[in-house]
Amino acid sequence: MRPSHILAFVTAGSLGMSLAACGGGDAVTDTAAAGGPIAVKATDTSCEVGKTQVDAGTSIFAITNGGQKVTEFYVYAAGDRVMAEVENIAPGLSRNLHVELPAGTYETACKPGMIGKGIRGQLTVSGSAAPLTDDAALLAATDSYSRYVKSQTAALEEKTTEFVKLVKAGDVAGAKTMYPIARTYWERIEPVAEIFGDLDPRIDGREEVTEEGLKFGGFHKIEQDLWQKNDISQSGPVADQLLTDVKEIVTKANAEKLSPLQLANGAKALLDEVAAGKITGEEDRYSHTDLWDFNANVDGSKAAIAALRPVLEERDAALVKTLDTEFANVDAALAKHRAGDGWKLHTDLSQADLKELSDAINALAEPISQVAAVVAKKA
Amino acid sequence: MSRVSRRRALTLAGVGAAGLAGAAALTQVKDEPELTTAAAATDAVAFTGAHQAGIVTPAQDRLHFVAFDVVTKDRERLIKLLKDWTAAAARMTAGHDAGAIGAVNGIPEAPPDDTGEAIGLPPSGLTITIGFGPTLFRDASGKDRFGLAAHLPPALEPLPKFTGDTIDDTISGGDIAIQACANDPQVAVHAIRNLARIGMGAVSVRWSQLGFGRTSSTSTGQATPRNLFGFKDGTRNLKAEETDLLREHLWVQPGDGPDWLAGGSYLVTRKIRMLIETWDRSPLAEQEMIIGRTKGTGAPMGMTGEFDEVDFDSVGADGQPLLATTSHVRLAHPQSNNGARMLRRGYNFVDGSDGLGRLNAGLFFIAYQRDPRKAFIPVQRSLAANDEMNEYVRHVSTGIFACPPGVPTDGDFWGGALFA
Repeated sequence: MRPSHILAFVTAGSLGMSLAACGGGDAVTDTAAAGGPIAVKATDTSCEVGKTQVDAGTSIFAITNGGQKVTEFYVYAAGDRVMAEVENIAPGLSRNLHVELPAGTYETACKPGMIGKGIRGQLTVSGSAAPLTDDAALLAATDSYSRYVKSQTAALEEKTTEFVKLVKAGDVAGAKTMYPIARTYWERIEPVAEIFGDLDPRIDGREEVTEEGLKFGGFHKIEQDLWQKNDISQSGPVADQLLTDVKEIVTKANAEKLSPLQLANGAKALLDEVAAGKITGEEDRYSHTDLWDFNANVDGSKAAIAALRPVLEERDAALVKTLDTEFANVDAALAKHRAGDGWKLHTDLSQADLKELSDAINALAEPISQVAAVVAKKA
Repeated sequence: MSRVSRRRALTLAGVGAAGLAGAAALTQVKDEPELTTAAAATDAVAFTGAHQAGIVTPAQDRLHFVAFDVVTKDRERLIKLLKDWTAAAARMTAGHDAGAIGAVNGIPEAPPDDTGEAIGLPPSGLTITIGFGPTLFRDASGKDRFGLAAHLPPALEPLPKFTGDTIDDTISGGDIAIQACANDPQVAVHAIRNLARIGMGAVSVRWSQLGFGRTSSTSTGQATPRNLFGFKDGTRNLKAEETDLLREHLWVQPGDGPDWLAGGSYLVTRKIRMLIETWDRSPLAEQEMIIGRTKGTGAPMGMTGEFDEVDFDSVGADGQPLLATTSHVRLAHPQSNNGARMLRRGYNFVDGSDGLGRLNAGLFFIAYQRDPRKAFIPVQRSLAANDEMNEYVRHVSTGIFACPPGVPTDGDFWGGALFA
């Protein structure tokens, strides 16, 4: 948690207003693709997509998880720009995903265990699509990111509900396992959450930053109860309040219209989160699960950049190349510290490990700090 | 649009004349920088020249020293960084912002290309001096990192471990070192901060050190300052005016090693923690015996004036030499070291306290020389073995760097000949 007003600040910017003015540029079709939903059979090792060629317009994927691990399903455009995704498909469950796809080449992916690049497949969308005007490209960026926020908030609410249930049931082991998973969805969209004043500190505040008059609560209070006090018998009311606050922020975040500049600044803010709180182990000081948050922050940053990608490609292709390289370097540095489906504890990392991660984040954050200016530039 | 820059702020502040003098100095390219004219502490020092500034430049009052690890594997990116750094250093030493746009003149959505804390401050005698460490040429496993291994100067070897060394590797060594000296600490810090910012992604700060109160004079025009032991330090230092001695002892000469380093110099750094509290409890006579000079005037033991020749031979009533055999002055004197000389340019430091009620203080030793194998290394071997002062000091960091010659003209860059 870090109070950040930059996002709120830029909401009033001219860019946000010009976008609102041309909000009619979004071509929406209601027609579902012919032939009904496309069946996706997901297992722990495979991802069979019923069709690899579809027409432009709306496609519906029906994903069934026949594996043992929780899975996710994604449709990616170039550069892993998320066109649509569905998270948290438990074993045995089915979910439908509606996605509107202009003509082009895409990739589908199942992610058993919810990690890594997933099991990829090609998806070709044919048909005619008018090239986007510049403003429309910016609008498409915010729409794309709004989809991302929706998918993350849905998962956040679901996983926080599970976490709260475990805490209230007194299941220490279960709650400890769920803690970093629920936080993942929070950390991916934290800059959005920070727009809403008091809610962010209530959900994610650390003990030393709890303001006078407010009680230490939220995720980190329960973290302290779980790991330091080893006693969650009194944690019920805090857990209930956490869920109430999360539900409120989910509603607000989904209703928020973000500007392209907010995406750019959010991508940077997420890396600042990593540099300020995760590298140092301050964020999860009782559980030491900081690398989960670290990875989630990077995911979120990547998603914001991916949403802006077509605009950036058009205006500064060299910057996009640099960002791709540096994101890959961060992923590679982080991948060394995987442990099973999760991550090593912060306390298991050496000073040299942390320096390497810090260097990789700095190398990425520098070009990311240039994105806002590129987005703001008049075409 | 109202444009604010350091230069404009200077003019507004009525220091226009100094700024002009600085600009004139910039165009000078001489074998030895002009030093005898007493420049004001706020003036600019020429960035270009046959040698890098910041070596024989009259020692400024403040230091910010940084050592970087190069994190990029891309030779071209490293070259681009050196070019960007050279341009930024030329700008900052002239009293300008680090970047062409400036701290406050860019678009609001972009991070500024200067950090701004030097707005309104004069050049303040800022010099920025670069050196390359042995690890830039080959990594620990011997791998040639940037195609530079063939250009590694034979004298650029990591310093040996000396008796009593308590070196902390995390504040030692580095691929690239940059020394920023200025008469205003904010100007020195501004320089290093902006160079580190520009280097983000290509280099990573390994360690850095702030210093205050120069502990050496490098010009006959300067009074000899005192170190934190309270003694005058650097009385017999190499001085900018001694051009023959500089040629013999300071500047790497053609034929000494690879051509790219001719006109450059080897930089040795040692962070020397002083055990201040125990020193302060020792009697004056013991302090003077250990140093080999009187504390008041700085005269060698047995002599009366600071600059009197050191008397190695006279004995006192007790039959012992007036200048103790274990005194620092005797052991460090050229006569005891086959004539070895260095140009010392160190600074005092106080890094707060150590949690045990003691100041974490001492000397950040900096010395430039033509060949460390004939200068710092033999002198330090002798000191490490015999110097009575060792009871009161701990060497906690070490570094050696090859400083290329100066940037001769606009358009060239630091280390250009090395990467040619």
